[in-house]
Amino acid sequence: MDLVDSYREDLRFARRPITRALLGLVLAAVVAFPWVAPAYAVFIATLIALYSIGVMGQNLLIGYTGQISFGQAGFLAIGAFTFGHLRIWGMPFLVALAGAGAAAALAGLLVGFPSLRLKGPYLSIATLGFGVAVYQAFVNWEVLSGGRSGLAIPKLKALPGLSVTQSVYYVDVVLLALFTLATYNIISSYVGRAFIAIRDAEIAAEVNGVNLMRYKLLAFALSSFYTGVHGALYAQILGHIEPQSFNVLESLTLFVAVVIGGIASVEGSILGAAFVLLVPKVFADFREMVPVVYGVTILLVLIFEPLGLYGRWLKTRLYFQLWPFR
Amino acid sequence: MDRFLQYALTGVSAGSLYALVALGVVLIYRSTRVLNFAHGDIATLATFVSFSLLSRRYSFVAAVVLSLAVGAAIGIAFYFIVLVRAQRQGANLLGMVILTLGLALIIQGVVVYTWGAEPVSLPFPISDSKTYRLGGVVVSQLALATIAAGVAGSLCLYLLVQRTRVGLAMRATSENVMAAQTLGIPTRLVLGVAWGMASALGVVAGIFLAPALLLDPFFMLDPFLKGFAAAVLGGLNSLPGAVVGALILGVAESLTGAYLTIQFKNTLAFVIIIVVLLVRPEGLLGREFKERV
Repeated sequence: MDLVDSYREDLRFARRPITRALLGLVLAAVVAFPWVAPAYAVFIATLIALYSIGVMGQNLLIGYTGQISFGQAGFLAIGAFTFGHLRIWGMPFLVALAGAGAAAALAGLLVGFPSLRLKGPYLSIATLGFGVAVYQAFVNWEVLSGGRSGLAIPKLKALPGLSVTQSVYYVDVVLLALFTLATYNIISSYVGRAFIAIRDAEIAAEVNGVNLMRYKLLAFALSSFYTGVHGALYAQILGHIEPQSFNVLESLTLFVAVVIGGIASVEGSILGAAFVLLVPKVFADFREMVPVVYGVTILLVLIFEPLGLYGRWLKTRLYFQLWPFR
Repeated sequence: MDRFLQYALTGVSAGSLYALVALGVVLIYRSTRVLNFAHGDIATLATFVSFSLLSRRYSFVAAVVLSLAVGAAIGIAFYFIVLVRAQRQGANLLGMVILTLGLALIIQGVVVYTWGAEPVSLPFPISDSKTYRLGGVVVSQLALATIAAGVAGSLCLYLLVQRTRVGLAMRATSENVMAAQTLGIPTRLVLGVAWGMASALGVVAGIFLAPALLLDPFFMLDPFLKGFAAAVLGGLNSLPGAVVGALILGVAESLTGAYLTIQFKNTLAFVIIIVVLLVRPEGLLGREFKERV
């Protein structure tokens, strides 16, 4: 069986040799993917990677801190347009990326303030208002959005020996890996425990010395930093952005990804992102029926698997660990 | 002054539609603790049903009654087939929001599949262009009818909830489900009725909105968000709050459009709501949360 001797061991990322081997296999597959798969599949995989970053950020906010936000599309737009303008002014890729994240995080701090007083549905309306406000600001101020035709963003140069699609894939996957590691570290540190305490019982957390204001604002800032980076990478891969792509439905899709993937789980965020991107692609042959398939899958997943896809994976793993006993 | 009154009246007319939407949202939230994101889409589907019936030369009344029935039936079916099951498994607020989002997506798909994404106009017996003068204010027949529908809807709901046995059962159930069950109230049935009524109210709003806007699969999205916001402004567990919130929202929106900026009238409406909520976090007429640690 699987005994844990010390706290350090419990925190370790890959505890058993088999986990390490599996992790290595997955990594090898991810690295080899763009060499064996067709360009379109690589493009979709890149989308999933960058989407996962946003969903992870959203999960920090919804899953770990328990604050509902329907304004994520606002952060996406801020990230995407900040990135676009910085790139057009000739900033290097990474600087523009950090700038996009920072701008979104700043907006996140602003949105975080109502969360100090509002709860549940009331907070969700306040954040929804923020999303609508950002959307209208970009639609109406052409200085920000680059006019009616949108903003064209300079393409990334290909890394030596790779095609453009492959380089973008590697950049996004490496960023996803960095963000995943960062998320693991956040949730197993004091900060993460403070988030979880706030989610489970706000007043009890405050009584036990968690500074509510600091950690709620931090949760909003962190989550919107992730979302800002998501927006920036999305802008990069599309090469052309217009405010119309950052509407309320986009916020809701991110939200669905968190719940389907599994609330409060890092791996679940990646599964959720894959779900919301792949389902419309898989059923692309029945164009009109895509939303129906999407909706039915959501209903089925939530009724039969309330913990989301990650919950299913945990149960399957447990089944094989205990096999043949149950 | 006339200009002010004119825009205020437009605001009241829009506000009475928001009120119908908001009443449905509140009715569902306070009885089942679900934020129903499919509310607007149920109304869209039912309005399209009445469009089909009208183009097959059914009488207007028959079409409206049938589409109300369709809306109510979808609400009730969703409650019994999906929500009851999810609640039995202990789904939380987030989970149930996602379930209603799932329903919204299904309905959107069905509407696009059946009626197409092209906007159509609903043949409506009350005209938008026929106007009356009241003092210095011009009011269209449609605006009058809209306000009348809002008042009638709110009044019927008020009488039903406050003056009938069904209403008493509904209030008891939303107060405390366990106690209501113990006293022999068929709570499942009562909650189902609440879902049906709420959806029907949304359909009324949809039918009165359709002649002003064109009918397309997403025409209820904006009114739904406004109704939802109005419900939150008034306090999510208060029915009078929904009406008050909706009227404030409608008038505020119309006056900002007239005097400040037309492009940002939606934004300013939301800013007003956020400011009000920061002062009264439980909404204007909502009861204060008391939390146990």
